[in-house]
Parts: sequence; structure tokens; C-alpha cells
Amino acid sequence: MSSPLRREDVAKVAKLARLALSETELDQFTEQLGQVLEHANDIAALKLDDVVATAHPFGLINVVREDVLRESLSRDVVLAMAPDAQDGRFAVPRIMGEAP
Amino acid sequence: MRSAAEIASDVKSGASSAVSEVTQALAVIRARNEDLNVFLYVDEEGALATARRVDERVAAGDDLGSLVGVPVALKDNLCQVGVPTTAGSRILQGWLPPYNATVIDRVLAAGAVPMGKTNMDEFAMGSSTETSAYGPTRNPLDPSRVPGGSSGGSAAAVAADMTPIALGSDTGGSIRQPAALCGLVGVKPTYGLVSRYGLIAFASSLDQIGPFAKNVTDAAMLLEAIAGHDPMDSTSLPEPSPSLVAHVGDGVAGKRFGLVRELVEGADDDVVASVTRAADALRDAGARIVDLSVPEFRLGLSAYYLLAPAEASSNLARYDGVRYGLRIDGEDVAAMNEATRTAGFGAEVKRRIMLGTYALSAGYYDAYYGQALKVRTQMIDAFRRAYHEADLLLGATTPSVAFKFGAKTSNPMAMYLSDVFTIPTNLAGEAAISVPFGTGEGGLPVGVQLLGPGRSEAQLFAASRVLEVADGRS
Amino acid sequence: MPEGWELVVGLEVHTELKTTTKMFCGCLNAFGSEANTNVCPVCLGLPGSLPVLNVHAVDLAMAIGFALHSTIASSTFHRKNYFYPDMPKDFQISQYDLPINSGGYLDLPDGSRVTIERAHLEEDTGKSTHLGGSGRIHGADRSLVDYNRSGVPLVEIVSGPDIRSSAQARAYASELRGILIATGASDGRMEEGSMRMDANVSVRRFGDPLGTRCEIKNLNSLRSLQRAIDYEALRQVELIEGGGKVRQETRHWDEGLGETSTMRVKEEAEDYRYFREPDLVDLAPDEAWQERIRASLGALPAERRAVLLARLSNPASSQLDALEVVVDLGFDSFVLAAIDASIEAPLALARAANELAASIENIANLSPESFIATLRMEQDGELSATQAKTVLLEILEHGGDPRAVASAKGFEQLSSDSLGATVAQLITQHPEEWARYREGDEKLAQFFIGQVMRLTSGQANGRAVIAELQSRR
Repeated sequence: MSSPLRREDVAKVAKLARLALSETELDQFTEQLGQVLEHANDIAALKLDDVVATAHPFGLINVVREDVLRESLSRDVVLAMAPDAQDGRFAVPRIMGEAP
Repeated sequence: MRSAAEIASDVKSGASSAVSEVTQALAVIRARNEDLNVFLYVDEEGALATARRVDERVAAGDDLGSLVGVPVALKDNLCQVGVPTTAGSRILQGWLPPYNATVIDRVLAAGAVPMGKTNMDEFAMGSSTETSAYGPTRNPLDPSRVPGGSSGGSAAAVAADMTPIALGSDTGGSIRQPAALCGLVGVKPTYGLVSRYGLIAFASSLDQIGPFAKNVTDAAMLLEAIAGHDPMDSTSLPEPSPSLVAHVGDGVAGKRFGLVRELVEGADDDVVASVTRAADALRDAGARIVDLSVPEFRLGLSAYYLLAPAEASSNLARYDGVRYGLRIDGEDVAAMNEATRTAGFGAEVKRRIMLGTYALSAGYYDAYYGQALKVRTQMIDAFRRAYHEADLLLGATTPSVAFKFGAKTSNPMAMYLSDVFTIPTNLAGEAAISVPFGTGEGGLPVGVQLLGPGRSEAQLFAASRVLEVADGRS
Repeated sequence: MPEGWELVVGLEVHTELKTTTKMFCGCLNAFGSEANTNVCPVCLGLPGSLPVLNVHAVDLAMAIGFALHSTIASSTFHRKNYFYPDMPKDFQISQYDLPINSGGYLDLPDGSRVTIERAHLEEDTGKSTHLGGSGRIHGADRSLVDYNRSGVPLVEIVSGPDIRSSAQARAYASELRGILIATGASDGRMEEGSMRMDANVSVRRFGDPLGTRCEIKNLNSLRSLQRAIDYEALRQVELIEGGGKVRQETRHWDEGLGETSTMRVKEEAEDYRYFREPDLVDLAPDEAWQERIRASLGALPAERRAVLLARLSNPASSQLDALEVVVDLGFDSFVLAAIDASIEAPLALARAANELAASIENIANLSPESFIATLRMEQDGELSATQAKTVLLEILEHGGDPRAVASAKGFEQLSSDSLGATVAQLITQHPEEWARYREGDEKLAQFFIGQVMRLTSGQANGRAVIAELQSRR
């Protein structure tokens, strides 16, 4: 049976997920993911119109905390993790395009 | 190796010391780690320093915890201050967390001594520890076989007598299945019983941290030490840690156990045989066995392989080379993100990220993710109906005993099927425990699974204890 | 708008909430701290971190909902997934199909009503600065990111497409800002970015269906808002009249050049893959909680303006302007108290709109009683206008009692004897002017007041001088 998933779909999804795939990987993943989705089709086919998704399995609601200050991390510790930092900030290569 | 309970008792009484216990554990680790690849990082200095502090508290007559002086192994997806934490991935190579997971604080408060970080399938995605970026872990009982996954390292640490107890995480079976393959007790607690703060997330609505141990009492002690409300985790249950150790000896007289057909179908004969004998043992101890069928369980695998990857695809987006971990440069930040993630993630992680992204994307959300959420509701309802007929459920933990390396890696679906009996519990957010019972092919251990409604851990431990005794391992 | 064309505008306003700590963690919520000093595992999105909702943010969101006549309902949080370096998790926790506030409206001073579609909670992102190039994003070599703002609580308020002119847009934004300040939800400091506006602008010929809209992002002053809408409306009309079609896109307003321009056009629309945030539970504020918030709401600007207006008789336009300023700054309680204590309304308004406004940050040093006492001294002639202003500013700066401050400054009451002597002296020195005044030329009263002021170094009280002149007529 042919895969429900097309090569272009996988390519598009890889881009959305910021993953670069080689041609071989693209083919491989298309087949493998297709197999998983075929199993998933038994779910897609179910008639569940009256069923409501569950939020928390034990119905927890309204979990909040008071507006009280807690100690922050020290900046040295924070920037020590950074692959690149400058002027107390995280440095990245240029950003193309404004935020959505 | 002595049990955690024995070690704690000896250290409290002065018959032993934390430093001496830790030194012994380090010796075992040193002797076997290279062959088995259990620990990704052995925190020798940290463990000895912690042990010395514990001994000081004992000497000062301070109020001591239940696990004083007990060495404990921690799965490498638990954040520990200043200790390399990789989640089994290249993308976090060298990362030192600036904070402790809540469970680590609680383990320390109980007087236990963290020994280091254990190997795991990358980002907890796997059932054999073969997807780790740092090489597989070998099953101490048969090094040509897998220890199970994704918490394979933690299971192997206990099975190899490196530490008497360990912490792992379970999203679709990642504690119970390795426990079964390594002959250990492994618990997936009720969702929300144990704080997830500091657990590197795989699938947020399914993940839970839980204990590995050689015996039921040790497992109950460790779970009691880490359970209970945490204000840092919005999904954690409101109540404090329940009393568990005190109930281990409660027995099963008068209890009804539902033997669920869908939790044995497709399992190897030796596994089915163990489940049958376990049912007999429970009956001998005064329980009633009821045959049940819960057909909804068959939908579990498909729903899980939509829900878990979907949440994971979002949880793993933060690994983008900006703030920590691996960075591979690019001409602009998007190119840098892509180069970093492509180099930093293994194939299984990439597969699941793409599967999850697809399931959430416009046009497919309703058919896949949306449907899977509804199947989850059906799973919860199905369990509720089953618990009208029975107090606890019984089945296999995993279809076979430990399999050979490479046996299931050529086809992802083959690996996913290892989780078919464990997944329903995660979907419903309820509790389950795997207990060793009997042996199978090649003398390898078989695990049987006991399932219970939310907050039923005490009953599960009591039933597990009955099986432990019946199996001659008391 | 050009003849025959109709403008259609909807506004999206993001306001930072005036909480002590961030939305999901206990880091300080403050503007202007040193970069990356108010961060923790949660707002940095470190592996293993989890969000916990700030109850004060929920309270303020509900206050906004009540003020906008919205329906407050059970709500959930969703993840909006996209990659951007100022977002530590590469997803934003927001609200999607079940927001805390839905529906509502805002009535403007001109009597028009703008509908509100929703006002929901979400977290703010970090801030990036760009190096190289012109400091703007295009042409930069590198960018630097500060996560102090990441996780600050926001409420996003979305209006219906009901706005029909740039002036109305400005009035809407101004009135909304007043409400946000009045509810305590925001400090309304646009220049600090605590209130940011996006405008969705389209044009159509009257009777036609809605035109294609463009989104102009990140307008951070009322003036830019109005100018940007004017420019964009004209741009679209000219484009269409020239045979072109408006392309649906996001545009950037350049304040210096006075024009909107295309931000980089993406090949496809973003797919945010919204799904329910599994690390948070549902929010369902019960009746008691909602009632507590509703009861704590003071009067909103529109009502407060009306109350103050009712106490004025035949107000000059300068008084109406002062009234707006006074309500905007929250000083109406001072003015009302003064009017109740028989201080003349124009005087109370003027002093509040000018002197109090000049020292807003010190207002806590002045009590309504001191305000009234000072103005009474001015009204009764014990202090000149200049002296009264000085006393007020002194009290605002350093506190103190009005009489004590006046005395310490040597603002001795000019005794009627010495004032009388001064006036008599001036009458003698200016006989022509005095004669004209006696014959009924009222303008000369000003001449004599000016002379008295000169001689007494501004210490005389104008009314007292007039009383003196009249008694000698």
C-alpha cells in the first residue's frame, strides 16, 4: 500500500522543524513516517464527534502562584552556558525577518 | 548487594558510613562501567562530598532521611547543578544545569547520595537505549542484549549492583519495560504524583519520574521520598507524599485482579506463562482473578505515536543553538538553527519531531492530534469501567524478554510495539508497576505488570510484594 | 480619506501588566534592568523548566475584561510554535480558542462605540538589538538578545474592525490606555514599550465588501498610530486607483521617513501549530473570585470625567482640557475634594492640571487636605498665585504643612494696611489711570495689579488688590 505521506509533505515539515534532510533521508523518512501514519489511520477513521479531549486526567484547575519575587540566576551563570555572548547578551548570527 | 533499606539502617546505626557505601559503589562502577556503558558521567567528587556531609549529619545526631547513605543513580534527563546533563543527546553535550530537579533535592533531603548520570535513549525516545548518542548500554544479565529503554542506564545500574536504587522516567513504558528486561521492580507513578520540574521534557502530559529497585520495599521507599506536591510544577497533584512503605505488607486478600486479554495478546509464550502463574500466586494469596477485555487498549499505540511526538516536537524546539548546548554556525540565525539541530539530533529524534510537527500542522490537526486527544479520553473511560469490575489489573509488561542488539532497529514500528502493554497507563495518567516474576527464554527475567487507578500506589506495592514472595525473591 | 473611499481599521494592543513578577516565574518584572539579570530557568526556557501562572496577572486580566464589558469565561492556554531567537522556548504560551475575556466594547468620548473581540493573556518575548548595518534588523551582522522581558505578562486586546478614521483610532488607543491605567493593569508607558499597538488597515469604496488588509506592527505612540494609518490608507487608495492590488502583508512604519514599508515577505503563511499547553491547567475563576475583582474596580475614566464635568458650570475650553489631563493623571479626587470644600472649580482644575502634573511621581507627599488648604489661602488672598504654586511644588518635593511652608518661605500675609498703603501710593503716582478707572474703565484694574505686584515682588494677591481698588473708588 502506498504511503499516505508524500515526499513534499516531509520536506515542508522538516523546514518547519528547522531540520535539513539529505535526499536519502527524505526518502527513508517518508517511508518510515508513512508506516506510522498508516497505523494512525485507524484513529483518524474513528467517529468521535461527541468525545471531548481531557485537559488534566484528575481535573486540576486554577493552579496559580502568588506575585512574589524569587531569586533570579546570576548573569555570569546564565552567560557561561551561552555558545556566544557579548555585552551581557546572547549573540546570534543575523536575524533575517521580523518576528511573526 | 545489600538493599537500600539495609544500607540506610546500617548507616543510621553507625554500622556503616555513607562514605564507605559510596566508595564501594564507585568500585563496582569502575569495574563494570566500561563494558556496560551504564553511566555517562560518574560524579566521584560530588558523591564523596555529599557522603561526607551525610556522615557529619549522622554524627551530629541530626534528623535523618529514610535513604541515608544510599547510593542512587540518576537518568541523564534529570537536571543536577554543575553535573553534565545530556538527555543522551549530542545537542546538550557539555551542558551544566544551573539548577536541581525537584526530585534531586528530595533525594538529597532523604540522605541519599547521587552517584552520577545514566545512559538513555536520546531524549527518552526509544525502548532499548540504542538511540543514545553515546553508545548503547548492555544488559548486565546478558551483555549481548539490550537493557530496554529509554531508562536503560538506570535499570542496568541497579541490575549490575552499582547502586541499589535508581531514578528513571516513563512516558510510554520507559521505566517498566527496562525493569522487566533487567529483572527489577520499576514504577510509573500516577501522573502528577512526582514533580516534573527539572525533568528534561519529552511528552509533557505523559512523562513521570519513578524508581528502579531490586525489591518492592526499596522501590516504595524511593517513591515515598520523591513524591508529593511541588509548587514549581502546575500539573503536580495537590497532596503531600503518600504513605507507601507502611502498606507493602497489606496483602491482597479479598482484592479483585482483572486479567486483561489485551495486555497479554501478542506476547511471547514465556511471558504469557509468567502472567498466568502470577495470577495463580495472587489467587493463592486470597485474591480473586477476573477475566477482562478492554478493547480500547488496542488504540493506545496509535494515539501515543501521535500525542507523544506532537508534544515532543514542541518541547524540543528550544534546542536551537542560541542559549546553551551545541551550536553549528550559519550565515543567519535560521541557518544556524538548522545546522545545529541537524547535527545535534539523531535519526529517531528527527523522525518523531517530524511526525509530531506533521500531526499538529494545519490541515492535519483534527484528523491526527485532535483525534488522539479524544482517544485518550476514551482510554480514561475504559479504565474507569474496568475498575468497576476489578481493584487492580494484571498483564504482561512487554511482549518478550530482553532482545539482541539490532533486533528491532531496522524498522521503527517493530520497536514501537515493545510499548503496547505499557502505553495505556501513560495515556490515562494512572499508575503501574512491573515486578519480576519467573524467567523465560535463556533464563532471562520476565516482568509482569500490575495497573491501578490514580493514587493507588500503596495497593500496587502490596500486590507486588505478594508476587515477590511467591517468586522466591523475598 | 479621498472622496468615495472608506477606511476600515482594527487595532491590536498589547499591554504589559503591572505585576511585581513575571507571568510564569518569580523573576522581577521591571523596565531598564541590566541585560539578563532578571532571568531564571523558567523564563529562559531551560531544559526541564515548567511554568506556574501568576495570580495577579489573572486578576488584572479580569479587571481589563470587566472594564471592557467582556464576558469572562473558563480559559485554557495554548502554545504558539515558531522559531525566533527572542523566544527561549521557540514557542509562546498564549491563549487561542478559549481566551479569558471575549466580546465587549469601548465607548469613546465622541459617542462612538468600538467593539472588542477578545482580551487574552500571553507571555512577552525577549528583546534583540542588531549590530552592524543601521541598527535595524536588515543589514545587521549579528544580533544580541536580552531575556529580561521574556515571560513578562501581557494582555492582548483585539478590537473589531469598527474604526473609520485615524482620529478615531487615536481616540480609541487613548481611551484604552486610560482604562488600562485606571484598572491598575498597566502604567501605559508607550515609550517604554509597556503598551504596543498594531493596526490592521484596509480601504474600500463605500458599499463594497472589505478590502485586503495590511498589518502595521509595533506603533508605540499615539502620534505614530495616527500618522501611520493616514499614510497607509492613502497608499492603498492610490495603489488601487492606479490599477494595482493591495497585497496582504505586514508593514513597518518608519517614523523618520513617514512611510510604511514591506517587512520581508514570507513565501508562505506561518503555521503556528497551536495546541493546548500541557504544562498548565485550565483557568476557571469562580463567581467569588470574579466578584472580588469587579468590586475592586474603581470608576473608569469616562465616568470620572462625567462626574467632574457635572461640577463645572459653563466650563471654558481650557477647563475642559484641564479636566482631561486631571482624569488621565488620576487627580480628579483632589479636584472633587477641593470643590466640595468650596474652592472654585477653575482654580482647583488649573492647579491640578499644572502644578500636580509637574510632580506626578511625588503625589504621595500631598494630601487632599493640604491641597485644599493651600488653595484656600490663595482664594482668600493670603497667597498670590505664584506663591500658592511654589507652596504646592514644595510640599510635593519635600512634604510639609501648607501654613508652615508658606511661613518658612517668608510668604507673609500682606496685611491690608500695607497693601492699602501701597495702593494709595500708586493712586497718587498715577492720577490719570486712577481717574479713568474711577470712571468705569475696568481694564485699568490690571494696570494697578501689575504695579502692586512690581512693588511687592509678586507677593500681593490679585483679588485683594481689586477689593482695595474698589473700596477706594
